[in-house]
Order: sequence, then structure tokens, then C-alpha cells
Amino acid sequence: MSLFLIVALPFLGALLPGLMNQAGRQACASVTFMVTLSAFVGLLTNAPAVMAGEVVQAGIDWMPLLGLNFTLMLDALGFFFALLILGIGLLIIAYGRSYLAREDNMGEFFTYLLLFQGAMVGIVLSDNILLLLIFWELTSLSSFLLIGYWKHLPEGRQGARMALTVTGMGGLAMIGGMLILGQIVGSYDLSVILQNRELIQDSPLYLPALLLILLGCFTKSAQFPFHFWLPHAMAAPTPVSAYLHSATMVKAGIFLMARMWPVLSGTPEWFVIVTSAGLITMVLGAFIAIFKHDLKALLAFSTVSHLGLITMLLGTGTAFGAMAAMFHIMNHAAFKAALFMSAGIVDHETHTRDIRKLGGLRHLMPITFTIVVFGALSMAGIPFLNGFLSKEMMLEEATHTVLFNSPYLVPVLATVGSLFSAAYCFRLIGHTFLGPKRDDYPSHPHDPGPGLWLPPALLIIPVIVIGCAPFLVQDFVFLVAKAVIGGVDKLEVKYIKIWHGLVPALYMSIAAVVGGLLLMAIYKPLQNLWDKTPRPEAKTIFEAIIAFFVGLAQKIIHPTHDGAFSRYAAIMLGFVTLAGYYAWSTGTVGAPTRELQTAGPVEIAGWLMLVAATIGLVFLHRNRLMALILIGIAGLMVSIGFVFFSAPDLAMTQITVEVVTIILLLLALNFLPKKTPVESSNLRRVRDGVIGAAGGLAAFAMSYHFMLRDAITTPISEFHLANSYKGGGGTNVVNVILVDFRGFDTFGEIIVLGIAALLIYALTETLLDGPVRARLLNRVPDQPIAGDAHPMMMVVLTRVIMPIVILVGFYIFLRGHNEPGGGFIAGLVVSIGIVMQYMASGFSWAAARQRYPYHGVIGAGVLVAGLTGIGSWFFGKPFLTSDFTYVRIPPFHEFELATAALFDVGVFLAVVGAVLLSLESFSRLARRAHVKDPEHPMDINPQRDDQPQGSVVKGGV
Amino acid sequence: MEFLVASAIGILTAAGIYLTLRLRTFPVILGIALLTYAVNVFLFASGRLMTGNPPILRDGVDVYTDPLPQALVLTAIVISFGMTAVVVMIGLGAFLGADDDHVDDPKADDAAAEDRS
Repeated sequence: MSLFLIVALPFLGALLPGLMNQAGRQACASVTFMVTLSAFVGLLTNAPAVMAGEVVQAGIDWMPLLGLNFTLMLDALGFFFALLILGIGLLIIAYGRSYLAREDNMGEFFTYLLLFQGAMVGIVLSDNILLLLIFWELTSLSSFLLIGYWKHLPEGRQGARMALTVTGMGGLAMIGGMLILGQIVGSYDLSVILQNRELIQDSPLYLPALLLILLGCFTKSAQFPFHFWLPHAMAAPTPVSAYLHSATMVKAGIFLMARMWPVLSGTPEWFVIVTSAGLITMVLGAFIAIFKHDLKALLAFSTVSHLGLITMLLGTGTAFGAMAAMFHIMNHAAFKAALFMSAGIVDHETHTRDIRKLGGLRHLMPITFTIVVFGALSMAGIPFLNGFLSKEMMLEEATHTVLFNSPYLVPVLATVGSLFSAAYCFRLIGHTFLGPKRDDYPSHPHDPGPGLWLPPALLIIPVIVIGCAPFLVQDFVFLVAKAVIGGVDKLEVKYIKIWHGLVPALYMSIAAVVGGLLLMAIYKPLQNLWDKTPRPEAKTIFEAIIAFFVGLAQKIIHPTHDGAFSRYAAIMLGFVTLAGYYAWSTGTVGAPTRELQTAGPVEIAGWLMLVAATIGLVFLHRNRLMALILIGIAGLMVSIGFVFFSAPDLAMTQITVEVVTIILLLLALNFLPKKTPVESSNLRRVRDGVIGAAGGLAAFAMSYHFMLRDAITTPISEFHLANSYKGGGGTNVVNVILVDFRGFDTFGEIIVLGIAALLIYALTETLLDGPVRARLLNRVPDQPIAGDAHPMMMVVLTRVIMPIVILVGFYIFLRGHNEPGGGFIAGLVVSIGIVMQYMASGFSWAAARQRYPYHGVIGAGVLVAGLTGIGSWFFGKPFLTSDFTYVRIPPFHEFELATAALFDVGVFLAVVGAVLLSLESFSRLARRAHVKDPEHPMDINPQRDDQPQGSVVKGGV
Repeated sequence: MEFLVASAIGILTAAGIYLTLRLRTFPVILGIALLTYAVNVFLFASGRLMTGNPPILRDGVDVYTDPLPQALVLTAIVISFGMTAVVVMIGLGAFLGADDDHVDDPKADDAAAEDRS
């Protein structure tokens, strides 16, 4: 199966559990199982190639210029991890089906699980480190959802947040490290990076890259001092804990260290940092685990400890260490998943995970007992179980490791770690299952159905088989180890054996087991001592750090973001002006290259009117109606300016938009106060005046200099002018640019316009549904209402004019391609025609005659434009490629048919819909504000006697 | 002529900024509208000023004004209508909901007083 499909399956499959949720729990779990099974089988189809030592690859370019490509690779290492992720995933899904209670939303759970699974598989199969980072972050996010799955539990939410904070922070560091690595090598492809060991290790940037990447790995894999998040993530449902802590999440950091091993390891820095972090984590985690009463917390700290063990093995930088690490990952995944699931069973059956309340369960739960005994003994390192083999290797490696010039430091600490490890394993068995039967269990424990015990039992099989017959897996382990090592070192071992003779590692092992038993013998006084010893609580420290940063952020943000918009705006505008001044004063300005054109009296008159209206607006803006009139004058002058400076299309657009804007503002003003009171102090007004003057001066200076100089390079407009007719079939270049050259932009713009109108509609609906509605209904207009709401002259005139307006709109639309006009302007013209009906004849009269809802009109417009664009696909051209032809239907002139015109229809419809929907929404507010619409569109109608004739009345024409 | 257009842009900008810094929604909206004019005219003027040469292709005419800024400004005008409408709606909704058309949040102690009441 293609690697793409293996990665994509969990993500695509994540849609299914949610959909199947209604079909019942069995269906939901089955479909999840099938998705993972398909991916698993797909992975196995690649097994022969991987076993033969090949590297399976698949890739497509995504953003090649950034070095980000969707390339996947499957070598033995990736295969090994993917096998664990998907294989244990299958068991977890089966287990989760029985584990989750009725009130838990199973679809949600399995959706998160599959998302997480997909992200994990993505990490281990990525060939591109940027792609790997994306999957890396996805695991942080999806594990957040999984850990916090029980949203009602505060511990769950806190644990999820802590996990996200710590791993997310590490992920951030990792991004930095990976980018540095990519910069050093000049490629983001793993296969290339892995070939450049010398280049990377000789680079001065090696150390920062190493530190950042290790920060990412250590946070993810819970290495000291970032180990604290993992036990808190135990608030998750047990299937999640089992999955995250055995085969996936926490192994991601280990995986990355293994993946990067050929290029990063072998240096003193790597050795010291990784080995010591691993050692500390191993000993500390094991020590804390001994004293944990919560079964899952005990197992969590044991996971921390074992991750430390693996990290330490990778840190030594020898081929044997890497091999031992891989072997231990395999063994640990098996027994740890089994143990977690068993802890879940105990919790499920006895309703407690507190070891102090348990004990004597071996007769009540014999199956669970058997599973736990094998799993825990393997973890303790007892011969003929798989944990023994890899622990022996670890001890063996430790005896050859010299840290800080001491040949004893590592072996002694490793033995001590193993001793603690043995101790908590014995405690797990002894205090939970052995001892006398109690009569105060919170529930009546007994073995659960096979749905719960079968998955862990299946995992115990490899624990025993590998433990007794390691030669079965040794070839695979060596293959994986070789994939880790790359060409850097040679693996000298030939076999994995149970019996190595009387080597130091054996004595260390014996010492650990015996010591562990002794510790258990004196457990009571030890526990008392532990309880009395004061020790730092990681959660408190973590929370204090977070609180410090939150406080710091608040100190900065609260004074600057105090909700005073006018202050923000003043600061922003002032700053922009200053930045402009800086650019101006430090740059060089060339001499003017264009002649100043002379202005005649008409132009000066127009300018005077614009300036007078604008300045008048500043002084008279408190009278809001007056302000509207003045701004109308300004807009009119701008339109006339457009005509004068050879932009007829702009002028038509500006003047029509001006009309609808003024109507809109009038509608709003109906509700708003009619005067703006004097509020700001003189000082403040002077300040604003200064900012305004400075900004205005800057805008003036910039545009004046701009207009007197020619463009430095030839504007692309030359191309548009040259190709407008040849390529676009139209002589109105502006229109051809809109519907053809830049059609995609226009397509986006009509969508934006439509969204704006829908937003206005939605806001109106919200207002009318909320408390504002009552207020509107009871509102008394603050101004006298005109006696004649629908003056007959106006009604008659608007109705007579309507067909003419439509005709003009149609004409403007049709000629748009060759003469000033087009969809935008035609749409505005037609909208104004319709709005006039609303204004003259009343809302209800106009609304009763409106056949199509304006939402639909907007939608139709966007759809027509979009379909026109898609149409070009059928001719093998890119989206929105235009075409045109000339046809002649006698007796008409020859005329042009262009796909661009169809696109323009879309623009037209979208504009009409958007403008009318916005205005209609505003009017609906007003309509409900008044008591009732008059029943007749015209107050006086000679055809009518005084009896109303229903809502539809024959018009005046 | 360039001076007239440039000064018009400057005056529109100055008035726009001044009104944008007022305390009520309505003048702020008017200020933004003035700024829109200024920006549109500025963008348009980036094609340099030319009279009597609209970008409508004709036989025998070689000189046309720059069509590209015109196309950009045309859509900008239409979009600015949509934007104005949304802003007006938000301002109106805020006023109808709280009977207050200030653009600034109430001061912290005022808000606390309101919470208490």
C-alpha cells in the first residue's frame, strides 16, 4: 500500500467514528478498528521490502521553494515504530470499546484517537523534517484532546493543559532546532541530512541545534526536568494512558533521537547531555514510583524511568547502545501497555486505583493477576521474560560507559535504577494482588469479560516468547538498529542470548532484584520516611512559573490595551506617520521627471468645493444630518474628479456607491442620536488636530512627489493595454482586467462582499431576536414623521422609472466589455432602482413583490462566477481561463460572446444581492420599530374606495 | 493640477484622521469614509494623472491612462461599501443594545460600578 495511504487512513478514518456514533457503540468501535486494521495491513504489505533492507519512498512537492515537501520514507526504524503504533493501537481500540462507560461519547473518543494515531504515523514516516514538525505539533494537539477527554474532571483539564504547554513549548524549540539543521545542510530532507554527519558536527551552529532539538525530544519523552507532565496526564481514560505511554506520544521524542542519531550523536555534548538526563530520569522516576499509591501514577513514573533508560542508551553513542535501546522500546511497549490495561481493569472492577485499598486480589481476579505478574516481572528484569534481555544489555552497556571520568558512576546508578525498578514492580504485584483478601473493596472485584482482558493478554504472549526465544526477533532488532546507526558505526553482536556467562551485568542484575526484594521487606518505615521528607511539588512549581508569566503579560497588556479605541487609533496613526517621516528623511528623492499640468478655473472650482465640504465636515460634524450632506458633496466631487482624469468606470462606480452609502447611513441615523455632543477637551482636540495635520501633510507630500515622477520600471499595465483586445476580446481595459486578467481577485471580492452582506443580515437577526427587539417595538421616534409617508408623486415616478432603470442597467452591463460599464456598475444601478421602490412605496409593498431572496441572489452570483471559472477545466485550462468569439445573428450586427461576460453576470448578481440584503436588513430594524406599515402603498388612490383590498394593490400605472 | 489632487488627498486624510479620533461611532464612520476617499484617490493617482485618455481602446489612439489602478480602485470602492455597511451595523447594534455610542470601552471603575448595579 502506498505510504500516503497509510498516513492518510487514520486522518480520513477520523471522520467515521463521529458519523457512526448514532449507529451504536459496537459499530463505532468496529469502524475505528477497521480503519486502523487497514492501515496496519497496508504497512505489512511493505514489510518484505523493508526486511530486504530497502527504503520505501513516496513523495510529492508541496512548497519546494521553502524546502517543504510531502515526502515519506519507510525504513526499518520507521517500520518498527509504525508497527508498534498501529499494532498496539488495534488492541487499545478493542480495549477502549469495553472500557468506556455508557455516558462517554465514544465517537468523540475514537475520533481523537485516530487523529493522534495518524499524527504519530506521520512522524515516523516523514522524510522531510518540516513535515515531521507538522505531525509533531499535531500529536501535541491531539494528545491534548485525548488527555482532557473527560472534560468534567478538573484534573483531566489541568493535565491536558500542562501536557500541551510543556510539549508545545518543546515543539517550538524543536522548530528552531530543525530550521538550524536545515540551514546547515541546505536541505530539509532527512535522507540528505542523515548523510551529512561531518558537516553538521563541524558547524558552529551544531550546539544550538542540538540543544533545541533535545529540548523538543526531552519534553515530549518526559525526561528530567520535564518529566512532571506525564504523571499528570494520567487523568486521561486508561486506554489513552496505555496508548500514549507505551507505544506512542512519549516514544516520539525517543524516535527522533534515534532518527537523528547518525548525525547528532557521538559528540561529547550529546554524550554528556543525553546520558546524564537519561540516568537522572531513570533513577529519579524509579525512586518516586516506589512510593506512589495510585496504580497509574506508579506506572507513569515507571514509564518516566524506562524512557530515561532508553535515552541513556541512545546517549552513549555506541552501536550496541542503540541496538539495546531499540530492543528495550519493543519490550517496554509490550509489557507497559499490558500493565496499563491491567491497571485499568483493576480500576474498572474495584472502582479504585489506590494500592492501599487493594491487596489480595489474586483469587478474585486470577486472569488479571496472571497478566500483571508476567508484565511486572518482565519490567523488573526477571529471566525468561523479555524485559530481562534488554535490561541486561543496558547494564552491559553501562559497564562500558565512562561519564565525567568515572568508570563507576554509570554502572552504579544503572544498578540503583534497576533496583528501584525491581522494587516498584514487586510492590505492584505484592500490594495489589498478594496478601489476605479484604472485605472493604469499594466494589466487588472479579475478572472482567474478554473484551478487557484479551488485549493485555495478547501482549503478554510476546513478553514470554521473546523472553524465552530471543533469536526469533534478533534479526528484526538488528535490522532496526542498523537503520538507526546508518553508516556511522558497526554492530558487532551477532546474537541476542539469555545466558552470557558470569559477566558483571549478571551480578548487577542479581543485585538489583535482591535489593528490590529487600526494599520491599522494609517498605513500611521507608514509606513513613518518604511521607515525612519535604520535597518540591512539580505541579506547584509549574503553576507558579505559569502564573508569573501570566502576571507579566497582564502587566504589559492591561495598561496598553485599555479598551480606548481612539487612543489605539491615535498611537497607530502617529506611529505610521513617524515611520513615513523616517523613511522620507533617510531615503533619497530623485528630481521630478514629469511636467506639472496647469489647472483651469473649473478644476479649481471643483477642488474648492471638495475642500470646503471636507473642512466643513470637520467643523459641522456634530450635526449629523448636515455631516451626511457634506460627505455627499465630497463623494460627488471625487466622482467628478474621476471623470475628469480619464476614469469613467470609476466615476460611475463612485457615484452609485455614494447613493447607496448615503441611504444606508440615513437608515442608521434614524436610530442614532442626531447630534454628537461635545465631549473631548480642547487639549485633546488640539492633539487630534496635530495628528490629523501631520498625517495629511504626509499623505500630501507622498502623493505630490509620486505624481511628479515616472515609474521606475515599466508598469505591468503595458501588458494589459496590449493584450486587452487580443487576449480578452474587450476594448474597455479596466473591465477586461476585472473580469479576465484579474478575474480570480474579482471572484474573491464578490465573495467578500457577499459575506459582508450576510454578516449584516446575521447581526440584524441577532438584534431582532434579543432584548433589543422589545426596545425597538416600544421606540418612539425622536423626530416627527412626515405626514405623507408615501407621496404619490414619488410613488408614480419611481414605478415609471423602474423599467428604464433596469434597461439602463442592462445596457451598462452589455457594453461593459467595450465601453465604460460592467457588472459592478450595472449591479449598483439596478440596486438603486429597486431601493427606490422600497423608499417610495414602502417596505411591505416592495417585499411582497420580491420573488427571490437576496441570499439566493448572492449565492447565484458567486455560483455563476465560480462555475464559469470551473468551465475552463473542461477544456484543460486553469481556473477562470476566458475565451470569446464573435457571432452574427441577422439582422443584428456582429457581436461578441465571451465567457468573461458570463463571469460578469455573476459579479452583477452578487453586487445586487449584497447591496439589497444590507439595505433590507437595516430597513427591517426600522420596520419593526414602527407600529405598523400602512396597508396601502399610496395614501391616496382614486381607484380605491375606503375598504382595503388586501396587501397587493394595483399600482398607479 | 497635481498640486490640487495631492492637496485634496492631504486634506481628506487630515479630516479623516481627525474624525476617526472622535469618541462617538458616527463621526468615526464618517472619518473612515473620508480616509477611504483619500486612499482610493491616492491609489488612482499612482497611475499618474491624465485627462482625456480613458483606457478604452480606440483605433488610432496610442496614449491611454494606466488602467490597472482604476481596476483596483473600482473593486476597492465596492468593497468599502460592504465594509462601511458592516461597521455601521456593528455600531448601530452596539448603540441599540447598550444605549451608548461611544467607541471607547467604559473606564475600568465605571465598568465595575455597572457590574455592581
